[in-house]
Amino acid sequence: MNAPAHASTNAPAYNFAYLDEQTKRMIRRAILKAVAIPGYQVPFASREMPMPYGWGTGGVQVTAAVLGPNDVLKVIDQGADDTANAVSIRKFFVRTAGVRTTTSTPDATVIQTRHRIPEATLGEHQIIVFQVPIPEPLRFLEPRETETRRMHALEEYGLMHVKLYEDIARHGHIATAYAYPVKVEGRYVMDPSPTPKFDNPKMNDCAALQLFGAGREKRIYAIPPHTEVVSLDFEDHPFERYRFAGACALCGSTESYLDEVITDDRGSRMFVCSDTDYCESRRGAQPALPPASPADPSEPEGRRG
Amino acid sequence: MYVAAKGGERAIENAHRLLAHERRGDPAVPEITAAQIDSQLTLAVDRVMNEGSLYDRELAALAIKQARGDLIEAIFLVRAFRATLPRLGATEPVETAAMTVRRRISATFKDLPGGQILGPTFDYTHRLLDTQLDTHAGQNGAAPEPVRAAPDATRMPRVTDLLAHDDLIEPSPQAAPEQPVGDLTHDPLSFPAERDVRLQNLARGDEGLLLALGYSTQRGFGRTHPFAGEIRLGEVEVEFTPPELAFAVPLGHLTLTECQMINQFKGSATEPPRFTRGYGLGFGHCERKAMSMALVDRALRARELGEEIKAPAQDEEFVLSHSDNVQATGFVEHLKLPHYVDFQAELGLVRRLRAEFAAAAPAQRLDEAAETSVQEAAE
Repeated sequence: MNAPAHASTNAPAYNFAYLDEQTKRMIRRAILKAVAIPGYQVPFASREMPMPYGWGTGGVQVTAAVLGPNDVLKVIDQGADDTANAVSIRKFFVRTAGVRTTTSTPDATVIQTRHRIPEATLGEHQIIVFQVPIPEPLRFLEPRETETRRMHALEEYGLMHVKLYEDIARHGHIATAYAYPVKVEGRYVMDPSPTPKFDNPKMNDCAALQLFGAGREKRIYAIPPHTEVVSLDFEDHPFERYRFAGACALCGSTESYLDEVITDDRGSRMFVCSDTDYCESRRGAQPALPPASPADPSEPEGRRG
Repeated sequence: MYVAAKGGERAIENAHRLLAHERRGDPAVPEITAAQIDSQLTLAVDRVMNEGSLYDRELAALAIKQARGDLIEAIFLVRAFRATLPRLGATEPVETAAMTVRRRISATFKDLPGGQILGPTFDYTHRLLDTQLDTHAGQNGAAPEPVRAAPDATRMPRVTDLLAHDDLIEPSPQAAPEQPVGDLTHDPLSFPAERDVRLQNLARGDEGLLLALGYSTQRGFGRTHPFAGEIRLGEVEVEFTPPELAFAVPLGHLTLTECQMINQFKGSATEPPRFTRGYGLGFGHCERKAMSMALVDRALRARELGEEIKAPAQDEEFVLSHSDNVQATGFVEHLKLPHYVDFQAELGLVRRLRAEFAAAAPAQRLDEAAETSVQEAAE
């Protein structure tokens, strides 16, 4: 992509990256507080953005507040740069900030994402911004904000452990496949946003700054670089990283998280990398493999992560 | 062969062009103008100004046109624009007792100073479709000139102030000019919420939700025995004191609808029985909204008045967290965004659980089922 910045494409009526500087300062203060208290949800005066709540307004506000003119922006949704909403958000920043954009994970300085963490290891020069729908990991156990804030304050996470235990008692496994709760720096239980639990280990000791923005719920939280992030589990039921047992039909990777694609109405399917940049860069390095013979979809693979 | 869903950018542009085409409709029919919407769909404009939290008829009318008549979409357009506006400051409180009244009714007194004024209302129309309304004759002819009374200089005191002389009803809260009024658009909502923030939330809140909640209180879910003490519609003057001047200067007029509900209160150990109030106020002519707002405001005063909180309309976290239709529609509609990754993770989990279920011996399943039913019976 690498769309060059054209000053003329900036929407003239709006400030750099859309938000006025006063609002950016307010958001940066919230980010600084979030970085100082890893995993703690900081309330902030989220603004109405020109895209709907639920489309990434929190992530967009965080990105707008951290973006500088020399940044290189990558936007992904479901791991892919070409999903409609990723295209739309990237276009918004090209238009309002004129920043350079890229699809290359290593070349980006700011990565805004929905539902995935890229496969490539992130570095110190990078910030990853997550779009968060429901920032409260305890919300589905306790709907009241007044209660969950108290529970976090008292570090009262028994309810969450009971839920995980009940999963094991009922199903033999912790029946959470995405938005799998983590504990940050031994203190706050945090929602990693609805990423698959496959991505959870990437958050631990990550060199990049991880920022989370929830626009509708008006919360920002953060994981500073090289912070300990532990997926909740039990000694006798350790956290398991899940990945479909198979290879990407395009690049042959057996390491990446796969999307399932239905290819006809008779149950045929294929699996391809969800991270399009990872897949394309592998295919650039080596010829694409022919589609693998359809793996038995009923045979999942659990792997320790 | 698999083709990745490329070309998102072109798809979006094409969708926007198609949307513009659909918005215009049949080119043989003249295009509607924002001015027509402003002057002929006035109640739609009022609703968009209210829930969009911006008093600007022209922009609200434009938003309705742009949104193809979808009022929540129009409200969203107005809100997103409003968020970019600088703040000059806060006006002086408006004085609704000094309103130039166009409509004023009280359900509690047959007559009262200033009288009852029916004004422009659907209330006593028969809901019969008027086929003449859309004929060419009907379109070209102006509506018959309304009957107007001579302007009446009598001040029209609020019914609640009349009752307050006897201490039968709680007095209006004292003005506290030194205490800033909360602003949800600059500070995130937190609980417990004070009444200023609550009323702001309700004024911006979805009319349909408030209507349903207000209705629920009438049907017994948090009953507060309401009487429509007064509903008034009219124009009030807005004044602003600039920092460089020591006095207020008029900025213009607002059309407002105000509703004062009068509700029972049995009294407590420290307070004699008296009537309490629920308050509703909105831009333009918005009676349904103002009345619903007043019912919900009163229901939400349960904590303050020491009433038992057991109905949804009394639960401030429930009501205030879900009243904003721009937030609500965003989160409901975001379900159409791709969720392939999460769904894939869930598919994997369900397949695994099903495989284990199938592998378990049928006899063992029976045992477990028996155990489960025994447990359930024990609970």
